[in-house]
Amino acid sequence: MIVAFTNQLLELAVALLAAPLLLGWVNQCRAWLQNRRAPSLWLPYRNYRKLFHKDAVLAANASPLFRAAPYVVFGSMVVAAAIIPSLGSALPFSRVADAIALVGLFATARMFMALAAMDIGTAFGTLGARREMMIGFLAEPALLMVIFTASLISSSTSLAAISDTLVSRELAIYPSLAFAAIAFLLVLLAENARIPVDNPATHLELTMIHEAMLLEYSARHLALMEWAAALKLFNYAAIGFALFIPWGIAGRDAGLVELLYAAPLLAVKLLCAGAVLALIETLSAKLRIFRAPEFLATAFLFAVLGMLVHLLLGS
Amino acid sequence: MPWSTWPGYSPIDATLVLAGVWLLLGVAGLTAARNTAFVARIVFPLGALVGLMMLGNAIAGIVAPVGARELLLGLPDMPFHVRQDALSCVFLALLGGGSFGISLFASGYFREGPGAAPGLLGFQYHVFLASMAGVLIADDAYAFMVAWEVMALSSYFLVVTQHKVPAIQRAGFLYLLIAHVGALGILLSFGVLQQGSSLTFEAMRATSRPAVWASIAYFLALFGCGAKAGLLPLHAWLPEAHPAAPSPVSALMSGVMLKMAVYATLRFSLDLIGGPLWWWGLATLVLGLGTALFGVVFAAVQTDMKRLLAWSSIENLGIAFTGVGLTLLFRGFGLDALAAIALLATLYHCLNHACFKSLLFLATGSVLHATGERNFGKLGGLIHHMPWVAGLALVGTLAIAGLPPLNGFVAEWLLLQVFLFTASVPQPFIDMLVPLGAALLALVAALSAYVMVKFYGVVFLGLPREADLEQARDAGVPERLGLGWLALACVLLGVLPVPVLRYLQVVSAQLLGTTLGGRLDSWWLLSPISAERASYGPVFFLVGLVLVVVITAAVMRRLYRAGERRAAAWDCGFGRLDARMQDTAEGFGQPIRRMFGPLFEIHRTVPSPTDRAPVYAVRIEDPLWNRLYRPLGRLVLWLADLVSTLQRGRVSSYLLYSFLTLIALLILVL
Amino acid sequence: MINLCAAVLLLLSFAMISQRRTVALVDLFTAQGVTLAVSTLVVALGTGQRHMYYSAALTFALKVIVLPVILRRLIRRLGVQWEAESRLDVTVTMIIGLLVVIFAFGLAEPISALATTVTRSTLGIALAVVLLSFLMMITRRKAVSQVIGFLAMENGLFFAAASATYGMPMLIEFGIALDVLVAVFVLGVFFFQIREQFDSLDLQHLESLKEK
Repeated sequence: MIVAFTNQLLELAVALLAAPLLLGWVNQCRAWLQNRRAPSLWLPYRNYRKLFHKDAVLAANASPLFRAAPYVVFGSMVVAAAIIPSLGSALPFSRVADAIALVGLFATARMFMALAAMDIGTAFGTLGARREMMIGFLAEPALLMVIFTASLISSSTSLAAISDTLVSRELAIYPSLAFAAIAFLLVLLAENARIPVDNPATHLELTMIHEAMLLEYSARHLALMEWAAALKLFNYAAIGFALFIPWGIAGRDAGLVELLYAAPLLAVKLLCAGAVLALIETLSAKLRIFRAPEFLATAFLFAVLGMLVHLLLGS
Repeated sequence: MPWSTWPGYSPIDATLVLAGVWLLLGVAGLTAARNTAFVARIVFPLGALVGLMMLGNAIAGIVAPVGARELLLGLPDMPFHVRQDALSCVFLALLGGGSFGISLFASGYFREGPGAAPGLLGFQYHVFLASMAGVLIADDAYAFMVAWEVMALSSYFLVVTQHKVPAIQRAGFLYLLIAHVGALGILLSFGVLQQGSSLTFEAMRATSRPAVWASIAYFLALFGCGAKAGLLPLHAWLPEAHPAAPSPVSALMSGVMLKMAVYATLRFSLDLIGGPLWWWGLATLVLGLGTALFGVVFAAVQTDMKRLLAWSSIENLGIAFTGVGLTLLFRGFGLDALAAIALLATLYHCLNHACFKSLLFLATGSVLHATGERNFGKLGGLIHHMPWVAGLALVGTLAIAGLPPLNGFVAEWLLLQVFLFTASVPQPFIDMLVPLGAALLALVAALSAYVMVKFYGVVFLGLPREADLEQARDAGVPERLGLGWLALACVLLGVLPVPVLRYLQVVSAQLLGTTLGGRLDSWWLLSPISAERASYGPVFFLVGLVLVVVITAAVMRRLYRAGERRAAAWDCGFGRLDARMQDTAEGFGQPIRRMFGPLFEIHRTVPSPTDRAPVYAVRIEDPLWNRLYRPLGRLVLWLADLVSTLQRGRVSSYLLYSFLTLIALLILVL
Repeated sequence: MINLCAAVLLLLSFAMISQRRTVALVDLFTAQGVTLAVSTLVVALGTGQRHMYYSAALTFALKVIVLPVILRRLIRRLGVQWEAESRLDVTVTMIIGLLVVIFAFGLAEPISALATTVTRSTLGIALAVVLLSFLMMITRRKAVSQVIGFLAMENGLFFAAASATYGMPMLIEFGIALDVLVAVFVLGVFFFQIREQFDSLDLQHLESLKEK
């Protein structure tokens, strides 16, 4: 019991602290790959600190919804981090919400963000909201199908139970999970505003999605939104680890020592994942916005195909 | 339930009395047809109270033994039979709870104006309510058909309240037409079921019939119920009738009346016909999913807020019928435990939809009253002027989008859980095809979030698109109470699914012979299959979310005392922001229009660069209207023309027809 | 392991359907060849049949080295590296592909239930690969991609043979390999003819050959 709660708190702390670092790491890798001088790994932190200390400027016609949205979005991402097993799967909170609820949480965050973007009534805000919802309605079912494939294998929709089952099996590669992994990667890129779909570094008005929604935010609200984005990336990475490379995640009845072992392994995984992400972003070009549905439809179909392959091969 | 054990208390009698009171209230309204104050302050609030009592009675009645009565009404020798079992109770609760909120709202809503007198409206409204109660407790085909038709007629009169507007006349006519074609289907189904024995449901339950006749009966009933529920391709009346009706009526029709179709389908398939075959389930499932997708895609491109909600109702009924299909599918394969979960998910979804769709329709009513506009293009920014309506509508918006921890999510979660089991169905092809339905369901749910962002964002957020929106005033107290009740129901149904499911599972016990049993022991943790398999605890979910938000806000306030000031919107430094730069409803729907292009018939007027007064217009039509309804209409007219050749206008030739018919019949009898 | 190969094969078939560029199609085809060779090798290792080793080697030589080289040269000579084309919307094609896969899987289910070999469940995938390649040929307009579709279809057949019955007799296998090779040559010549005639490799032009 004590171990479980320690695990829960530890995991939350790790997520909150490591998420900005992961973002910093991806940016660093990207800079290296593109022959630029890399920004500091700690830049996201410094950025938040700076923003927290500033006075917030709200648009004259901002409604309470606009002010509440950063908190809700941030809160959803923190709660999501409490569900996903990154260090150990003995999470008391994971009983409260399974993977479907997790997808629902992401949807909550997305919806609040889109509504907040529409609140001020700028052209960019509504454009961002529309595009984000467009990406979202394709990415969400794809993610759900990825999770379904995994849950058909482990006959559970709880992420902790899924990673537990997958870790305890021998080192066998499930063909269905190969499909799911590809689909998941595509969804991850799209949902985290990464390059083929969106560009996290751009402020070129006509191409942005995520940034367009945050244009009117400043100071602590902006910091919370950005931290939430970092957490989202971390959460997605953690989901990917739990589904596809669960080795190293401490099991359900593991002790504190195993949790400590799990931490460096998680760090290694995050480093690799960040590097791979930077590589993908460097190698690919941004898609036209109306190619994005095609991109996501591919993800969706791959996820469904994964499910079919599982049904046929039984593995 | 203390009152359920009172001596002399019988739920069925109470239901009859309450329905009778509704009728009396209606008549009372009729006697003072032009007295708006009387209707608004007495009739509708009392009707609401009766609704609340109906809810209480239904909740208490579900644990009471099934009661049946033979009424003194009806034709000689053909008395009405009524009966109230668990299925009736669930839908009576829906009727009571839904009508409580809607009647409260209506007491502040109806006022003097063109169209029917308020008292007349009150009469039609309460007859409508009573007839729905009648449908739910009818226990013979005759009573059922009478109640069903009264329901259709009273709602028709409510739809055409503004009967001087030609568009509304057309909408009403279309509604009446499809309702009657549907009723014909149900009537024929009863004909098949009755097969010489009596018209009571009791006799129908007892008869066993060959699979062919059972199938025919089921599909006739499905046709009839589908016409009422707006299943594809009988949905055409829904997006016409809902915008035409006054908002409380739209809310009642969409939130409550459409559920009568689900009730009837369940009653026919699981109770009257019994022993469903798996392919009925498959057909219903496919129909439901198709309707859901079609509905949500069309909802996304609407430019009229009530029309958008009407299409969204089609979507939600599609989801409900998906649930019905799954229930029948599992039942057909003998997987009763799974069928029970699917049934509960269906019922849950019906309750949910009654809450959030009524809420949203009522909210559009408030907006309509405050601004006189239904068109998205002339709304916007209402959150500043109508904070109550905007706040409560937000709850409905989030709930209908299927976000945890509100109620829409629970049903969706249950349905997805059972979908995961469809792979275990013992039938090749089906075990692979049906799991794909989960993908489609997920797509529909995600799309409905898109639709709802559009709805809420365009109406309540942003800058007001018209100058006189600044004058919009918030809804009055009774309207707020009505909205508040429904919003509260959305939250409660979302946060406390286990108590609700305990209540609902009496239905599965009666119809399927199984319950979830011990799996509902924990009051806060929902795990319908097993604890390892899946669990969801919305109470703690909500607590966790709120806790994080509160802590974050507190930390912000404590640690960083940074201030806050207001300024003009930044907008990338553009500086000349005006309301016309926001997305219109057409603009917000554009990605959908583009992606699902083949589903629509799009007529577009695009200006050329040299136009002095450029006009851009886009009109989206339902392809089924042109490809199915129009040809069908022409066919009917053509047939009518054929018949009219018989009509000569001479009495002697008519007598000749009668004579020949008589001869033919006599020969036949010989 | 063989299941994984099968899944990868299916994945590559889908990738082919979704790919628009002709050069990338050749890459995917090569990858398919590698997978096929590996899976044949796996079957060989599992069953210890000697002719399967030969078969794996032959597959590798033909489908990973010879054919891609020929195709690549052909594409360069024809100058169609960057041509992108598809008759139908990619998403629609993929959805149709999905239904085809379900159909194939469902069809193979009873057959594989009867089979006793260790690799029986892959039959459905092999069938799906064949049908998907067919689908690709239908939806493409350009001659080169049609040939690649044809070759991919042969891959599917070969995989079916290798996995379901542990390979065809050596002689037949050689015969087919030779046939494929000759076919590619002949088609290559054909391409040049078509281009000379119509100045394009778009097969839509062939429609003008029909008698009015």
